[in-house]
Amino acid sequence: MRIVIGQGSCGIAAGAEKVRKALLNTNINAESISITGCIGMCYLEPIVDIYDDDNKLTRLVKVSENDAESIARFIESGDKAAVEKLIVSDEDSEFLSKQTRIALRNCGIINPDEIEAYINAGGYTALKKAICELTPEGVIDIIKTSGLAGRGGAGFPTWFKWNAARQSEGEEKYLICNADEGDPGAFMDRAVIESDPHNLIEGMLIGAYAIGAKHAVVYVRAEYPLAIKRLKNAIAQAKDKGIIGENIFGSDFSCDFTIKAGAGAFVCGEETALIESLEGHRGMPRLKPPFPAQSGFWRKPSNINNVETFANVGWIINNGGEAFAAMGTENSKGTKVFAVTGKVKRSGLVEIPMGKTLRDVIFDIGGGMKTDKEFKAVQMGGPSGGCIPADLIDTVIDYKALGATGAIMGSGGMVVMDDRIGTKRMLEMLERITKGEGKEGDIELLEELCYSIKDGALCGLGQTAPNPVLTTIKYFRDEYEAHINDKKCPAGECSDLIEYRIIADKCKGCTLCARNCPVNAISGTVKKPHVINTDKCIKCGKCYTSCKFGAIVKE
Amino acid sequence: MEKKTVDLTLLDGVLNEYADVKGSLITILQNTQDIYGYLPKEAIELISERTGIATSEIMGVGTFYTQFRFEPVGKYLLMLCQGTACHVNSSELILQTIKDELGIDDGQTTEDGLFSLKCVACLGCCSLSPVMMINEDTYGSLTPDKTKKILKELREAAL
Repeated sequence: MRIVIGQGSCGIAAGAEKVRKALLNTNINAESISITGCIGMCYLEPIVDIYDDDNKLTRLVKVSENDAESIARFIESGDKAAVEKLIVSDEDSEFLSKQTRIALRNCGIINPDEIEAYINAGGYTALKKAICELTPEGVIDIIKTSGLAGRGGAGFPTWFKWNAARQSEGEEKYLICNADEGDPGAFMDRAVIESDPHNLIEGMLIGAYAIGAKHAVVYVRAEYPLAIKRLKNAIAQAKDKGIIGENIFGSDFSCDFTIKAGAGAFVCGEETALIESLEGHRGMPRLKPPFPAQSGFWRKPSNINNVETFANVGWIINNGGEAFAAMGTENSKGTKVFAVTGKVKRSGLVEIPMGKTLRDVIFDIGGGMKTDKEFKAVQMGGPSGGCIPADLIDTVIDYKALGATGAIMGSGGMVVMDDRIGTKRMLEMLERITKGEGKEGDIELLEELCYSIKDGALCGLGQTAPNPVLTTIKYFRDEYEAHINDKKCPAGECSDLIEYRIIADKCKGCTLCARNCPVNAISGTVKKPHVINTDKCIKCGKCYTSCKFGAIVKE
Repeated sequence: MEKKTVDLTLLDGVLNEYADVKGSLITILQNTQDIYGYLPKEAIELISERTGIATSEIMGVGTFYTQFRFEPVGKYLLMLCQGTACHVNSSELILQTIKDELGIDDGQTTEDGLFSLKCVACLGCCSLSPVMMINEDTYGSLTPDKTKKILKELREAAL
């Protein structure tokens, strides 16, 4: 009997640690209680997995510390009635059963704090095979056959970068992992490091062997303290076992391993800015060429890949490049991990073969919208990406097809939006439009500005920054026009363009709205319909959120 | 908030380990901030002296990265996520609640020195949006009521 509690950052934030402590306070044998990383069903956290002696799984979801005694009774008696209401539904189980997990293969299954758990799951056999049986060129060949492309966003062929770094002259080379996951809505890299840190280490060491690097460096964002802690622990364990260090597996290959924490700058996800930051400078992008493969960290040949890219490498070496290439489409091979969030019913991590559609991810696996509002758009690729509207929901997931919509694959953030528009990342001009101060010609001017930025920016992030604005103009031009011409917000989101009103028929006269109004703009007597004085109203929305009868509308 | 006298001997360990290791400026600044809660002027001068990096360059690096602060912060640092998923799930409402409850704006500290508020980029906990971190702990699925309760509990815990 094993009791495993999902303890990624999300699980802990949802209360998983409280659940673990409560379980330790019951008569359950403390030694049978352990942790795992992110199971990926974030919307059901905290999750407790109970494996019986035949390794048969009973999954309990949305567990609270108050459920500890019921769980203890179930474990003692085997009677499922004690935990009936916590058992995951068949429908929710499909969230995982419909996925194909390669990069995430151990996530939510093994204990991230124990190297033995990773080794028992077949870990470090790929590294041994690479070092002891393959030449560096042989490794690069397998990666070439697999068709693996950079999962950080650009989708550049991994073998090509490795080969360029391998061919580059120089004794001292660096293999770097970009774990500066900054795209809003993306958290797969955090999940991999928190849940399966040895998988990252193994992928990086194979990469280091392939390019001829003796130094491996991970750059992790400072906002991920748990990932940093678990990775540091994993590095120490691998050093103890001789997997990191001199003459790994008795070969001539030696490699050290360091970890550096970022300090909060989105641009450091760009590889030359990341190198500047690693050297202790401001994260300013360098002019290219020379490319990092020729002159990177400390001006030595360097290769940089993203966490998810490395997380696939061990599997590919063990299963062959062909097995990986058998999944996906003509121009995009293998699987991709998506972080599905926003207004979707089932949010979490989804790994599927390329070639599935956005509908498969958002509706079939994600369960569709969580409210009764309609699906409007999905934001992909973070600030460099764009919004893909409802009529393109059957777009196939591959680099080319997504690129054709004006968005990009990006690192895999998918923020699902319901029938309204996110104006957050837009420029001052957009703010003016949302305040009803827009004028004719603003849309054209905005487009022109976007294209100048695209042409003039030094780094890839700058070049793609206007994408969210351009795609929303492309697909929701009518809403921009409504803001400018009619001074109306069709989505009811721009506070300067909306008004709050009480529907007299629905108002019970409970006075709650009047008591919550900070400017005393609501009048009326008890049990009689109330009225909002729109001249006084500051549109803070407090009445709207406090009304228990749905009697207040914004329009 | 009143600044306390800065005990520079606390930096000995960090500087002995990293002052001569090239490329370590950001690591040194992170450790310094862990010790004092911010980057005191006196500490920056000492770091400059020991590493040979000009104070202007240290300030250049320090101001470039959002993690670094040059003023002390409250006992509880509220980092409210402004990522896309949180925005879509009404983080604006949480921001307003915090402002109303504490009477401070983004970047400010309450007069009693208990709370500081900082709006930050995506924290990567998107499935629990809206989300904030308070010191090292993450709080998810926030509502105005839940936010008020968290602030109340922290205030009581500090008394």
